[in-house]
Amino acid sequence: MVLEVPDRRMSPEARRRAKWWFVNAVVVVYALLPVLWIVSLSFKTKETITDGRLLPREWTLENYRAIFGTSDFVRALVNSVGIALISTTIAVVLGTMAAYAIARLDFPGKRALVGVSLLIAMFPQVSLVSPLFEMERGLGLFDTWPGLILPYITFALPLAIYTLSAFFREIPWELEKAAKMDGATPAQAFLKVIAPLAAPGVFTTAILVFIFCWNDFLFALSLTSTERSRTVPAAMSFFSGSSQFEDPTGTTCAAAVVISVPIIVFVLFFQRRIVAGLTSGAVKG
Amino acid sequence: MAEIVLDKVSKRYPDGAVAVRDVDVEIADGEFVILVGPSGCGKSTTLNMIAGLEDITSGELRIGGQRMNERAPKDRDIAMVFQSYALYPHMTVRENMAFPLRLAKVDKETVRRKVEEAARVLDLTQHLDRRPANLSGGQRQRVAMGRAIVRNPKAFLMDEPLSNLDAKLRVQMRTEVSRLQKKLGTTTVYVTHDQTEAMTLGDRVVVMRAGVVQQVGSPQFLYDHPANLFVAGFIGSPSMNFVPAGVEEGVLRGPLGDIPLTDRVRRLLTEAKAPREVIMGVRPEHFEDAALVEEHARAAGVVHRAQVDVLESMGSDKYAYFSLGGERARSAELEELAADVGIADLSSSGAGSLVTRLSAASGAREGEPVEVWFDPDKVQLFDPSSGRNLTYSGD
Amino acid sequence: MSATAPPAMANEATKRPGRRALSEGKRAERRLGWLLCAPAAIVMVAVTGWPILYSVWLSLQRYDLRFPNQREFVGLANYATVLTNSYWWQAFGVTSLITVLSVVIELVLGMALALVMHWAFVGRGLVRTVTLVPYGIVTVVAAFSWRYAWSQDVGYLARLFSPEGAPLTERASALAIIVLAEVWKTTPFMALLLMAGLALVPSELLRAAAMDGASAWQRFTKVIVPVMRPAILVALLFRTLDAFRIFDNVFVLTAGSQGTSSVSMLTFNNLIRGLNLGIGATMSVLIFLAVAAIAFVFVKVFGTAAPGSEKEGRR
Repeated sequence: MVLEVPDRRMSPEARRRAKWWFVNAVVVVYALLPVLWIVSLSFKTKETITDGRLLPREWTLENYRAIFGTSDFVRALVNSVGIALISTTIAVVLGTMAAYAIARLDFPGKRALVGVSLLIAMFPQVSLVSPLFEMERGLGLFDTWPGLILPYITFALPLAIYTLSAFFREIPWELEKAAKMDGATPAQAFLKVIAPLAAPGVFTTAILVFIFCWNDFLFALSLTSTERSRTVPAAMSFFSGSSQFEDPTGTTCAAAVVISVPIIVFVLFFQRRIVAGLTSGAVKG
Repeated sequence: MAEIVLDKVSKRYPDGAVAVRDVDVEIADGEFVILVGPSGCGKSTTLNMIAGLEDITSGELRIGGQRMNERAPKDRDIAMVFQSYALYPHMTVRENMAFPLRLAKVDKETVRRKVEEAARVLDLTQHLDRRPANLSGGQRQRVAMGRAIVRNPKAFLMDEPLSNLDAKLRVQMRTEVSRLQKKLGTTTVYVTHDQTEAMTLGDRVVVMRAGVVQQVGSPQFLYDHPANLFVAGFIGSPSMNFVPAGVEEGVLRGPLGDIPLTDRVRRLLTEAKAPREVIMGVRPEHFEDAALVEEHARAAGVVHRAQVDVLESMGSDKYAYFSLGGERARSAELEELAADVGIADLSSSGAGSLVTRLSAASGAREGEPVEVWFDPDKVQLFDPSSGRNLTYSGD
Repeated sequence: MSATAPPAMANEATKRPGRRALSEGKRAERRLGWLLCAPAAIVMVAVTGWPILYSVWLSLQRYDLRFPNQREFVGLANYATVLTNSYWWQAFGVTSLITVLSVVIELVLGMALALVMHWAFVGRGLVRTVTLVPYGIVTVVAAFSWRYAWSQDVGYLARLFSPEGAPLTERASALAIIVLAEVWKTTPFMALLLMAGLALVPSELLRAAAMDGASAWQRFTKVIVPVMRPAILVALLFRTLDAFRIFDNVFVLTAGSQGTSSVSMLTFNNLIRGLNLGIGATMSVLIFLAVAAIAFVFVKVFGTAAPGSEKEGRR
């Protein structure tokens, strides 16, 4: 009865619009609520952290000060950034080479390679934890940067190869012919025509791979033991057990916000590219 | 001096498939030659071999008297216009057109002058700083042409450059291409599957089928003297009518009635050792409404009376369609033509059909009988097994 | 025509170099292809192939790092131990339950979200943007958010839905929260995959169906879903395999207590906490086999076209 009053005044167009806004609002709340919650907790004081309110009554930066005051977190952040950047660079370079070959060249073993990378993409990472744990201890790679970089590259490569070869297949290769007809050497054709066209795809892939490495928890937890190479997600899980913080909730949330905000900003900024990248590899063909 | 000579040029793929077989064509300096044929006939492969984008398996390609087989595309000094235009999406129109000159290390001032000159010729001046994505189809096509002409190459190669345009623009650009080629006088090889383009553009036309050159000649010559069934059916629109007929005592017996053979035709048939059973070809435009033909001409020709199935009035002419009793003409070449052009009634219905182009004054009506007349001397006869034109008098 | 019989002698000389040049070009292409793929292939095989074989080898031994001296070859004894262990089967059941529940819910929600993103005529950009937030968030971070939302003293959701109890300490509610966390994090990915599939449904087809008298629901079930079938199957395959290896959410939310351990969690506990390499490796191998079986079922039974298995486009 109450609802009918505005309904009568609204045009069907406006009503449809309102309906969509309602749906959109539901989606927005769904997606953002957990994030807002953790942000809110990170700004709460020790006294108010258990009040269960969505917005802090008093705002404080105490939690952030606390995490940046310990080497635990700062060191983990350095590890996270360093390991993810190095893994991304290597995976994208190797992936670009392989994807170019897969998209452009004809050679035996191509399908086997595609099959292997598909297998690895579906591989249960935990199956690798036991042998890698043992092997890395033997090789002295346990609890080092390379000890994490290696598995990250491996599991990022299928992602990189798929996304990139989907991008490469979209490039109109007739342009390469055109460039040759226009007098370009093969190297010039690649540098002046193909590379500028491939750059966005490579960049998008780099973002996806970085997010993948940044997100990892299992390897970070299993293949490290000290702050030498422990990344933030793993370090966060030790906040709770450690006696260093009497109540780890606030500091954990602050750490969570610190490692999430840059990624979210990045993702939102390159939204369109990421959507294209995530879907191209999986659905095309 | 930029004549292009193809000397027994063949293309064989590693799997053994032969795409092009022993093509022998000599293209004179400044000539506009069309390679035409249905898809898969090897015309694009031939063009790519001239361009250097595909290796030549055997034979020799000479441009301006020099062997080109081993030269990279960039060292052949020829420009190409692609079907998709292949414009560099990350460059402006100006940069696209300047690209070949920049690669050739031409100084900046000359590049600017040449690009602007080409843009003026092609009416692109106001679009020079836009990207290809913001141009219309016709404009993109002109940019592709511009990129080809800026560096005054020895020859232009064009791979179906107009097929991505809509019908009206295609006609417009066709005259544009022709005008430009005449103005520049550059040797041009142009690939198309559209016989209208072939007829209107070229100085000479090379008709290809299944990797083999069928006939080379001026458009009018191909129209008047097709060497075989394939060329006869491919050139001309609507296609030539083909009906089976038997040669008996100076008379051609078939679904159009008994047609007396003229002396010329009879002599040619004897020379060609023609078989008994032949395929008779008559072009639709060689028919006329018998009521509109003068009395003495009418007496010299053949009159066929039949009921009109469908009548299409084009304003300038009328197309009258008839169905003929009996079997339709059969041959491998006709099957391929039908498949390519998509003439359903050639392949599907058992009985033959007849298309005639009558003048607009004709009183023919759908569902009513009409008398159509044709000149028996315009009839062409073909050998059903080899497809050879038995009445060929070209040489 | 007459060209079928070229004079053999005359042509031999010109044909040979041509043929050799062609095969050389082909060979060069192959060599380049191998060269470009080699580094990626070597890394992938070295870091997965060798360890998986090593894992099989480890699984055939008694090998506990707390008692390294007792290392010995025991054949399939470890498998017998694991496969007769009730914890293993409980974890297996829990993992399967989480996988099925979360994938089904994700499919429904993801499809709804995909339809919203595809057809919303207001605020489409906003929805697409916001949807990417869960994707971008580190799983562990999201898990902490859910943990604090449902823990008794801190959480707003705990207060709202169960003011008395502690949802994370009861098995059923804890599992529900794990599924919720999993669904929240990965629905956007599912939705994006489905949206890409949705974009492949020609709008003309839908207009035609509407003209033929199909209702909106019929258009969805009779036109959209069948056309999208390949995309749906690929999305399901990806997500099922991914959900089966669930670890991060379980670790943070319950650490496997109250019988909520997943197989990955159990393996991790045996390996890193219990330092029992033999048993850990055995479980690794079993998980690998289970995942392979799931993939096999998808590919063979449902005919999922694994991406990349299609004929590669040639230039």
